[in-house]
Amino acid sequence: MNQKILLTMKDISKSFPGVLALQHVQFTLRKGEIHALMGENGAGKSTLIKVLTGVYQLESGEIRMDGAARPIVNHSPQEAQANGISTVYQEVNLCPNLTVAENLFLGREPRRFGMIDWKTMNRKSEALLKSLEIPVAPAAMLEECSLAIQQMIAIARAVDMRCKVLILDEPTSSLDDDEVEKLFALMRKLKAEGVGILFVTHFLEQVYAVCDRITVLRNGGFVGEYETKDLPRVMLVAKMLGKDLDDLAEIKSAHSEHRFEEEKVPVISARQLGHRGTIKPFDLDIRKGEVVGLTGLLGSGRSEMVRVLYGADRPDCGKLMVRGRKAKISKPLDAMKLGMGYLPENRQRDGIIAELSVRENIIIALQAKRGMCRLMSRREMDEAADRYIDLLQIKTAGRETPVKSLSGGNQQKVIIGRWLLTHPDYLILDEPTRGIDIGTKTAIQKLVLSLADQGMAVTFISAEVEEMLRTCSRMLVLRDGRKVGELSGDELNQETVMQTIAGGGEDDG
Amino acid sequence: MAETKPSVWKKITSNRLFLPVVCLLVVLLINVIRTPAFFQISIRNGVLYGYIVDVVNRASELVILAVGMTLVTAASGGQDISVGAVMAVAAAVCCQILSGGKVTTSAFQNPLLLAIVAALAASALCGAFNGFLVARLKIQPMVATLILFTAGRGIAQLVTQGQITYVRVGTYQVIGGYIASCPIPTPIFIAIGTALLVYLVLNKTALGLSIESVGINGSASRLVGLNSTMIQFLTYVLCGLLAGVAGIVASSRIYSADANNIGLNLEMDAILAVALGGNFLGGGKFSLMGSVIGAFTIQALTTTLYAMNVSGDQLPVYKAIAVVIIVTLQSPVFQEFLKARKVRRRRTAEGGSCG
Amino acid sequence: MKQRRKEKRTFNGNTFLLVITIGLFLAMYIAGMVVFSDKGFGKPQMFLNLLISNAGLIVIGCGLTIVMVTGGIDISVGSVIALVCMVMADLMENKGVSPYAAVLAALLIGLAFGVVQGFLISYLNIQPFIVTLAGMFFGRGLTAVVSKEMISIKNGLFQSWAKCRIYMPFGSYSNKGKFHPAYIYPTVVIALVVLILIIVMMKYSKFGRQLYAIGGNQQSALMMGLNVKRTKFLAYVLDGFLAGLGSFLFCLNSLAGFVEQAKGFEMDAISASVIGGTLLTGGVGTPIGTFFGALIKGTISSLITTQGTLSSWWVRIALSVLLCFFIVLQSVFAAMKRKKHS
Repeated sequence: MNQKILLTMKDISKSFPGVLALQHVQFTLRKGEIHALMGENGAGKSTLIKVLTGVYQLESGEIRMDGAARPIVNHSPQEAQANGISTVYQEVNLCPNLTVAENLFLGREPRRFGMIDWKTMNRKSEALLKSLEIPVAPAAMLEECSLAIQQMIAIARAVDMRCKVLILDEPTSSLDDDEVEKLFALMRKLKAEGVGILFVTHFLEQVYAVCDRITVLRNGGFVGEYETKDLPRVMLVAKMLGKDLDDLAEIKSAHSEHRFEEEKVPVISARQLGHRGTIKPFDLDIRKGEVVGLTGLLGSGRSEMVRVLYGADRPDCGKLMVRGRKAKISKPLDAMKLGMGYLPENRQRDGIIAELSVRENIIIALQAKRGMCRLMSRREMDEAADRYIDLLQIKTAGRETPVKSLSGGNQQKVIIGRWLLTHPDYLILDEPTRGIDIGTKTAIQKLVLSLADQGMAVTFISAEVEEMLRTCSRMLVLRDGRKVGELSGDELNQETVMQTIAGGGEDDG
Repeated sequence: MAETKPSVWKKITSNRLFLPVVCLLVVLLINVIRTPAFFQISIRNGVLYGYIVDVVNRASELVILAVGMTLVTAASGGQDISVGAVMAVAAAVCCQILSGGKVTTSAFQNPLLLAIVAALAASALCGAFNGFLVARLKIQPMVATLILFTAGRGIAQLVTQGQITYVRVGTYQVIGGYIASCPIPTPIFIAIGTALLVYLVLNKTALGLSIESVGINGSASRLVGLNSTMIQFLTYVLCGLLAGVAGIVASSRIYSADANNIGLNLEMDAILAVALGGNFLGGGKFSLMGSVIGAFTIQALTTTLYAMNVSGDQLPVYKAIAVVIIVTLQSPVFQEFLKARKVRRRRTAEGGSCG
Repeated sequence: MKQRRKEKRTFNGNTFLLVITIGLFLAMYIAGMVVFSDKGFGKPQMFLNLLISNAGLIVIGCGLTIVMVTGGIDISVGSVIALVCMVMADLMENKGVSPYAAVLAALLIGLAFGVVQGFLISYLNIQPFIVTLAGMFFGRGLTAVVSKEMISIKNGLFQSWAKCRIYMPFGSYSNKGKFHPAYIYPTVVIALVVLILIIVMMKYSKFGRQLYAIGGNQQSALMMGLNVKRTKFLAYVLDGFLAGLGSFLFCLNSLAGFVEQAKGFEMDAISASVIGGTLLTGGVGTPIGTFFGALIKGTISSLITTQGTLSSWWVRIALSVLLCFFIVLQSVFAAMKRKKHS
């Protein structure tokens, strides 16, 4: 299938202070092709797109379009648009308070005698929507439309602006099956008209349903470009997570497992707990001294599952039992009082309290648990802070340094210290080692094991399967917002895990 | 590279109270230059006299307001512009109860304690109203408090039935005057006492830390078990309550409730005091001491302007300019601009060696 | 995943709010006609008086709607009125300037406020509330700097402008059967012309639609290629100009300048806008809604004046209660919308 090449990105590199976001990455898009761009967090997908659309300036390499003589450089999204590259983001960058027609033509409304010609605008919109088979009236308010329709309208706007390359950045994350199908129908239509579509997603099923080619990035580097039909799912997962299928070498440090097996009552017992829109009802038991891992690709629902357990999101259904007693958890404080702790995935947004000191960040959870009136004495606070600074080897100028001036890894240690101080029975760690240096990573993994030895129940979430295999005694596999498997004992090896994550016996083995 | 121990100078200048103190000193200096007798204190009729005494005395209401405003700013990143009007409400309730509904009275028609408690309850209720709108309905603080800013004085007028109610009773005037034979004006004690009390509550309980946490990062605070909504609500109630205290003090000075003039324009002063105290108007970490220093600075500034023959009506011009300057300096855009200039300067200084 | 049931709802929350506003106005006015029919509430002149007394409010309300649609606010308008009236009075009475030049001064003052505030808000990204709060104190203080005492305008030409009646073809009959034609002043004509121009601008001009886009989702507007900073800046400039113009109309009514003038007027203007359906969060609002909001304010005023015994403070209180009610209503609607989409 020799389609004409529409876009080539060759040898693209981009770095930020201290981070090499992209190194010698390439990407080729052909006319009338739907091309998936895949990779885990930090792989460089969004950086590549931002370079292409002019949000960032590339440092080396070149971008060529449509066989043009000279490479193009986009300095702004507007310039990219003028070059025929349009992007539709997950958050649908449209204005909810305007009509569909207005959103389609904002900034380039048809005019008559200097005034906006609404009739013509509505007429043109109707024609455009019909041609793309989007079932919505031009005069409808955008906020009244479902998210899927809104995305299609965003695409219609891009199409009407004569885009040659259409970038869809995670368009299906909030859509249900029907809506996804509608979106795919539109995409196929555009493909037939010769538009090149760059489809960024983490949903495996969708990649195999609609994409012709797949490019995989990992850690800022280019892994490969493949034809979808030639790449089995398991191989795709392996390439994304960085493991060769043949390499099954395991490091499982010897630690006394099954020490607490006599405990009949699980610490946490969830039955059909779920939250509409984020995680389907699930069952989960966690026992004392167990390290249960949640794995799956980004967006599979791992964080959502633990948020529901912790009360950060109120569960819609199901029940939860803590140490055998029925528990009503509607907010984090309830969970904390029952002995739970939660290290959130997004350290910057939900974890650190930036301007407060290391000491204050460490003691804050325990203080909140104790209540407003029982203030910890200064000495208590100092001792606690020093204890965890020492235990976790937190590199800081002092207790009173604002936590925002610490490095990412040390900030993470502060948050771990915060929860350890509350002596939880059940600790949830959501991506505790993301963006952290190797030395600290190993230290945290060792810490998790020693905590389990002392009887703590732990849930460990990570996209790095190898790390989880080293620490977990049991693993739950999630995909697309639901639990799809539970592995333990012999099943805990790379191959089985990969296969469970990839799933789908229908397409490829 | 070994870290050099910061010099004493560096330690002083990086202290968050440095700028507020400098501002205060500058204003006091200007005052002294204009009025050499500025710092002179004498005792006449058993009572302290002097320019500086006057400044400290008159700053009392402002100090009390600034404390409340600081908390509201820290927890919600917005300001409560109804404090002046709430002062008027509290004053009206207090005097009306004391006078038993009459326009003027020379004896308490009802117990003083009842009047004060009722006035504080009314002002706390105003604060609760504001707090509900901001914390629960998530309306922007300045919009929400705009309602009482306009309606408050009307309510006060209604309470006093359109008149200025006079309470010509010696005991009442003590609040704004002098206790027995003490030479120091009572408002100073009330101001210091209130500030100290709030300080104790903030620092002997987890409230101070919680307010800062909520103001800095609401979602992280929630995840560690803090009730952001309740904390924000509380700060507004407290702010209203403190405005009530200030209102009673102000009314006692003139032994009446003048709904139109009590607390007039003080909200601006309170916001200025908080800003001058080094507190970021967008919320987060705060310093009560800074706001108190800021309050004294504003009062001294007012005195300076009066001495330059600026009338009370014209004062707001200068204060408005001051607010704009301070907020500009605090704005992220300006900070970015300064940072970029510093980087550029350093680059040229280093000879532009970097590729 | 389960199929989501799609509810077909043609119910638009925003038109609903406008309907409530118009309905409220009609209800109040008719109630007034019924209760106070003996005091002349039913006469056409009563309605025209509404327009006469609130011509300034209508114009300034339009300006405020413009900035509120972008998600901002302007609480300095009351002070601008005071300043403009004082300056006009001072120029005409003390400096012998012609009324034409005085009007020019009015517009320039309004523009100056708009430019400075617009710059601080749009380019320096400072919160509109703080900037316009400072503007409010600045304006009022400056009024006192111009003059501490009230200045009455005795300028002949200006007075003739103020008193010039335009008679209507309809009217009412007095008890003796004499026909009294209804009349309006030129201020009403100016206000209505401005209203129509702003209505056309908001609906049919690129600038107008950009205001809505920015208010709806500023980030999206930016990504769709709109020059957000410049549009916001121009919105405040226009608002300032209208404040100046509205102040001129106000001055024709009051024929004086004094320090306390139009105290709390910003509240009237904001209330008119919010009651007229403008969302505090931006993106929604129409000049016609503000027009009815202004009429509601005027009706409340008339009702209380006609009643005679209640103090004028009740107008402010009633308006604040209405404002509070509409703010809470908007908040409830917003929460309902959020739930619907989650």
